Amino acid sequence: MTTTLPPVVRLEGIHKGFLGNPVLRGVDLDLHAGEVHALMGENGAGKSTLLKVLAGVHKPDSGTITVGARAMSFSAPHEAQAAGIAIIHQEFTLLEHRTVAENVYLGREPVRRGQVDRRKMVADTRDLLDWLGEDGIDPNAPVTRLSVAQRQVVEIVKALSTDATVLAMDEPTAALADHEVELLYDLVARLRERKIAILYVSHRMREVFDLSQRITVLKDGAFVHCAPTEELTSDQLVRYMVGRPLDGLYPDRATESDLGAVRLSLRNAENSRVRDVSLDVRAGEIVGIAGLQGSGRSAIARAVWGVQPFTSGVMEIDGVPQRIRGPRAAVRKGIAFVTEDRKGEGLALHQSVRDNALLVRRAALRGAKARRHTDLAELLKSVTVVSRGQHQEVRYLSGGNQQKVVLAKWLAVAPKVLIVDEPTRGIDVGAKQTVHQLLRELAKNGVAILMISSELPELIGMSDRILVMHEGAVAGELPAGASEEAVMGLATGHGVSE
Amino acid sequence: MSIVEAKVPVKRNIPAPRAWKTGITPTVTVYLALFALLVVGSILVSMKGGVLLDQGGILNILTRSTVLGLVAVGQTMVIVTGSLDLSVAYLIGLCSLVAAETMDGQESMMAPAVLLALGVAAVVGLVNGLVITVLKANAFIATLGVALILRGYLEDNYTGPAGSVPRAFQHLGFDRMGPVPVASLLMVGIAAAAWWFMRRTRTGYHMYAVGGEIDFARLSGVRTGRTIVIAHILCAVAAGLAGVFLASRLGSGAPYVGTDAGYDLESIAAVVLGGAALAGGRGGVVGTIGGVLILATLDTLFDDLAVDPFFKDVVRGIVLILAVALYARRQLSRRSA
Repeated sequence: MTTTLPPVVRLEGIHKGFLGNPVLRGVDLDLHAGEVHALMGENGAGKSTLLKVLAGVHKPDSGTITVGARAMSFSAPHEAQAAGIAIIHQEFTLLEHRTVAENVYLGREPVRRGQVDRRKMVADTRDLLDWLGEDGIDPNAPVTRLSVAQRQVVEIVKALSTDATVLAMDEPTAALADHEVELLYDLVARLRERKIAILYVSHRMREVFDLSQRITVLKDGAFVHCAPTEELTSDQLVRYMVGRPLDGLYPDRATESDLGAVRLSLRNAENSRVRDVSLDVRAGEIVGIAGLQGSGRSAIARAVWGVQPFTSGVMEIDGVPQRIRGPRAAVRKGIAFVTEDRKGEGLALHQSVRDNALLVRRAALRGAKARRHTDLAELLKSVTVVSRGQHQEVRYLSGGNQQKVVLAKWLAVAPKVLIVDEPTRGIDVGAKQTVHQLLRELAKNGVAILMISSELPELIGMSDRILVMHEGAVAGELPAGASEEAVMGLATGHGVSE
Repeated sequence: MSIVEAKVPVKRNIPAPRAWKTGITPTVTVYLALFALLVVGSILVSMKGGVLLDQGGILNILTRSTVLGLVAVGQTMVIVTGSLDLSVAYLIGLCSLVAAETMDGQESMMAPAVLLALGVAAVVGLVNGLVITVLKANAFIATLGVALILRGYLEDNYTGPAGSVPRAFQHLGFDRMGPVPVASLLMVGIAAAAWWFMRRTRTGYHMYAVGGEIDFARLSGVRTGRTIVIAHILCAVAAGLAGVFLASRLGSGAPYVGTDAGYDLESIAAVVLGGAALAGGRGGVVGTIGGVLILATLDTLFDDLAVDPFFKDVVRGIVLILAVALYARRQLSRRSA
């Protein structure tokens, strides 16, 4: 896209350090009206800091910010807001028990004769929703009643209600299910049509290529590369981000000699979410489960792990029939489960790396001997956790390191069957590769792995076999390296020839 | 395998808005429960040959509701804001003393005395709020600490009732219109004002926001500290009014008039019974008044039935636990829906 118009926002030579540590070292960035500019880089590359500089949260040590034609110096978020810059945070910031309109105008409620002008607030919210073409959302509905995708729309409306012309989105799809991502695409297109300049921060390659017109890559706080999207390939992009070519994106698959006996077996297993599920996972094997959100792929995991157990059918571990009635029973039978909700279900965020890593062992094993933790350092090293020691609270770790702690927690009890649900959600490219390698190594050591992921390239790259779920049942099985089209065909119900 | 591929635009399938129904909210539940209690209570009392809702019975329920209602309305504000106030019981005693001693039997001092008592209450509320927001003390501990300070002052300076109110002031405590005490109307007026404040003003909106998720509120530009302080001041003033009213009924101030009736925990119980979340962000004055009426009706009923006091407390405890369990269950089922 060739624009002759001057950029809406121009950042030049931005430097920012904390306590003497340089985090940004001379970053340049231009945002144009109606253009999606993707910002990429590994965790710690300085993306969030740059976003915060733009939002007025941090004041740069040097460098200039130009909005329109005026040089600006933001010293507080509301100044950036006044200049038309709004940020959509990675995590939602909506109050569940308040209505859409109340959330949109929170802190800026219109007042008339001493009380909140609710009529105006609702009308203005409705106007904004209409403007975006989102008339399906009722401004008077409490946020609890909205889907995740609708909540994202409300977040965006909230940002736009400040008359923003620049929207910075930090990992906007992190909380969205796959079909909801499509809705976001649509929304971004409409924002572009309405001449909003968008800064799009994401780890997901595909989104960046689908949505952006221009990509800027940061590494270690420094500007690496900026180019129109069509001039880049994903391989180049990864190289810019990592600084080295990532050879062979995924580890080698299992060979026939790696595979052992069947460890997890389901026969005609059913509960209220899934029906007639039969599957086998052998020692050394990674079996992928694909499917749209709500197709029952996570329900299988949660059933095997006993959160919502199967109500009929047979489940066997190492050939022995089991009735698992809760997670505790599952753990004792050697089943481990890495949840998709890392912060909510996977970790005690305010506890240390050590306590988190030992959580399952302390909780589920009997006897002091089993619970000892002499091997903890080794365990953490094996999953390559980077932290300021075992006593650091996990909430201060990056997403990738948090996920490694979750893995350590399960490895501490040497599981036979490992179920991973979205194992690399929201973690950067380098950490992703580490997690992939860890999973493959575990498989090599005889663990049977069931892997769920909505990122198809990952699922296809990792799995030795792929089961595709559709509406609560297994729609079909595909061999290693199946095409995305084949998976999507089964997942959407088109591939079933009847 | 190419990661980049053309995306076929998918038609927007945001589900049509479910006509969102208010349904059976905790507020509705609490009034249904109140109604059921009145029906069952009337039957039980009539089996013993009495009448629950005769003039005396209604008067009894309303009188009991007045003081607790005032305190609980104030408590609703702090609880919705995500805080709570344990100092109200001692504050009630203190305010009754301030009012009665300042009046000292003189009619001319009535207005200044009431204002002084409410002023003292406001200062205590301000201290509560500042300890929580500036010193970042947990609300439970902060207000417990203030309660202990008030207790220390009361124990050191008073051994029993002190001061006296003029006859004219006792009208506040005893006058009524038909079966309805004037003070109850006053309480309803205060509750209505509190409802308006919480549901219609910006500060009220911000109370719900701060209680709902303080970080989100802050990110949206809400002055969270100020909101918490205002909630605490209003709560304390409501407790101060309760103290003034009790002085009017007793004819003098009494240091332990608030603690003897356990208005601190009782008011929190009423608020929770009324459907508020102790964590904040949910609840309201209307529900709270329902909770207050239920507790007052239970008490009246127990008196009419001459139930033994131990059993009385057991039943109150069970009612409270059942209510909270019911709300928690509804919350869960809504989340999984």
